[in-house]
Amino acid sequence: MELTEQPSGVLAQFAAGELEAFEQLFRQFQGEVYGWIIRIVRDPAAAEDLTVETFWRIHRAHARFDPDRSFGAWARRIATNAALDYLKSAPARERELAHDLQESVPGWGSSDPAVRRELRERARLAFQQLPAKLRVVAALALVEERSHQEIADALNISMAAVKSRMFRAVQLLRRKLGDLA
Amino acid sequence: MTTSEQEQKKIGDLLKRALVPVRHELNRDLWPQMLRRLDERSSQRPWIAVMFSGAALSSVPWFDWALLAMLVVGVCMFPSSIPIWLYNL
Repeated sequence: MELTEQPSGVLAQFAAGELEAFEQLFRQFQGEVYGWIIRIVRDPAAAEDLTVETFWRIHRAHARFDPDRSFGAWARRIATNAALDYLKSAPARERELAHDLQESVPGWGSSDPAVRRELRERARLAFQQLPAKLRVVAALALVEERSHQEIADALNISMAAVKSRMFRAVQLLRRKLGDLA
Repeated sequence: MTTSEQEQKKIGDLLKRALVPVRHELNRDLWPQMLRRLDERSSQRPWIAVMFSGAALSSVPWFDWALLAMLVVGVCMFPSSIPIWLYNL
């Protein structure tokens, strides 16, 4: 997500609660916020809803915004929290879909397309079963290859915490996938 | 590259093959959806919050504020006139 910035005048007007300034910021940042959220939730419909939810939270918190700071970074933190809340509310649904991942399965080297399809499905389910906090880090670091610093800023945690969550996510995935990984 | 980094790369490659690729670009403008959300939430606000919001208060003409001020001053100076005011309400 490019963190394009606004002149501080618009930001000051937004902080004062002016709807026109909010609209201007919405139109400028909606694509960037959506692009960040979809990297985490990987569902276009949910990402659209969460983009609106993010800007709703931004609108409610306008008085707490400091116009001297980066609007893009602030929006990204709020977007990450909204996506995290969404993932936390989703695990029950995903557990219903999950297969038993404990049984041993052959590796990716298999030439049988049916086996490979089954393996992909198992990896997808293992990813979806990760706890929300680990899934966000796994999606951003392992799949989207975003930097640790960027992830730490978005989650408002330290680099060490990002590395620790990534380590735990990899261990969990390995355990669930067994021979796959 | 350390063993841990190699393992992370291996798991990352595996996930990239397993997960359906998603487009990162937004296809439509979400402002109309945002406006609906703002309208819904403002209609759910309690009546007292709506009545005393900045927008509502600023829409009251100045002479109404002047009449209200005169009434308050009058009541403070002549408290015995309160029943007359109440009778005329």
